[in-house]
Amino acid sequence: MKSGDKVWEVFIQKKPGLPFKHAGSVHAYDKKMAIQNARDTYTRRGEGRALWVVPAEAIVSVPLDQADAFFNPSEDKIYRHPTFYEIPDGVENL
Amino acid sequence: MDKYQEAFDGIIERDERVEPRDWMPDEYRKHLIRQVSQHAHSEVIGMQPEGNWLLRAPSLRSKQVLLAKIQDEAGHGLYLYSVAETLGISRAEMLQQLHDGKAKYSSIFNYPALTWADIGAIGWLVDGAAIVNQVSLQRTSYGPYSRGMIRICKEESFHQRQGFEIMLHMANGTPEQREMAQDALNRFWWPSIMMFGPHDSDSPNTGNAMKWKIKRESNDELRQKFIDKTVPQAEFLGLTIPDPDLKWNEEKGSYDYGEIDWEEFWAVVKGNGPCNKERLDHHIKAHKDNAWVREAAEAYAAKTEGELV
Repeated sequence: MKSGDKVWEVFIQKKPGLPFKHAGSVHAYDKKMAIQNARDTYTRRGEGRALWVVPAEAIVSVPLDQADAFFNPSEDKIYRHPTFYEIPDGVENL
Repeated sequence: MDKYQEAFDGIIERDERVEPRDWMPDEYRKHLIRQVSQHAHSEVIGMQPEGNWLLRAPSLRSKQVLLAKIQDEAGHGLYLYSVAETLGISRAEMLQQLHDGKAKYSSIFNYPALTWADIGAIGWLVDGAAIVNQVSLQRTSYGPYSRGMIRICKEESFHQRQGFEIMLHMANGTPEQREMAQDALNRFWWPSIMMFGPHDSDSPNTGNAMKWKIKRESNDELRQKFIDKTVPQAEFLGLTIPDPDLKWNEEKGSYDYGEIDWEEFWAVVKGNGPCNKERLDHHIKAHKDNAWVREAAEAYAAKTEGELV
């Protein structure tokens, strides 16, 4: 990974039990600076009690021009949704 | 039309958001980089007139509040630089453009803050005008910019109240303080309403920006909103807005206002305001003088690489 000044993505957990949510990014030279900069930049008003910082270059995402094909398998499987199934009248709690 | 252009047009048409990895026209990207970097530079340069008053704030409370406000401005500058970075320009490049005079910042910060009442007027009027603009930009079509604006608006509402509170104290203080408050309003009123930029009829960048929904309301619409909400506040303070033509227009349900001095506006934009040189020189000097901090951070990072936090 490249050294020196780089971009880190910041994730905040508002309170225990909730998922971490992307808040934005910061510049920093090392992990400690990244987490301190994230605190100073994104949690000045009690936005959360837990923080993750991740070097932006470590994040993997789906190339835009392949997105359609990549997500395609999820589109034709309607039996993954509860509404696919017919339940007779009179059956409850299902 | 190719499928990329079609996908982009669809996003704009349906009022959705363009995200960093979506295809976008080069002109859209260029427009945003110019606008967002200018916005970021404004937040950062805007710390200077206020910073000058930190050591002269009249009470511990006002000093604490001013410090918190200035720290917010720094934070807002950082949010905006990171928004621009998602468009493919680095923060270092943006700073270079600022230092080379190729990137602008809001002209309002080229006016000096001469008295403590000016700090009130800046919070009340300058932040007030910025908020009107930023509230509108919450619905801008570029996702990261929109999210940044939502965050900034949440944080900035205290800035305007802080400014109004100072004006309120001074307007109700000694005759000298009252005079200072009026003087600050006299000097900051016109530059504040110029912050919205040229009239729509003379605004070269508005066409595309509105078409792409980067801007959702025109300069004149935003200016009118600001004037309409600010005039009653000035009346509450018992201060007089320095515009003899300002009067309520019953028919259109808003205020009419006098001629704006566009010669002054363009003179300040072109670098001839009272503080243009001072602001830029200060930024360049701070950047150069602190080069050792960046070098030390680099050395420390190399030394501690692989360690846990």
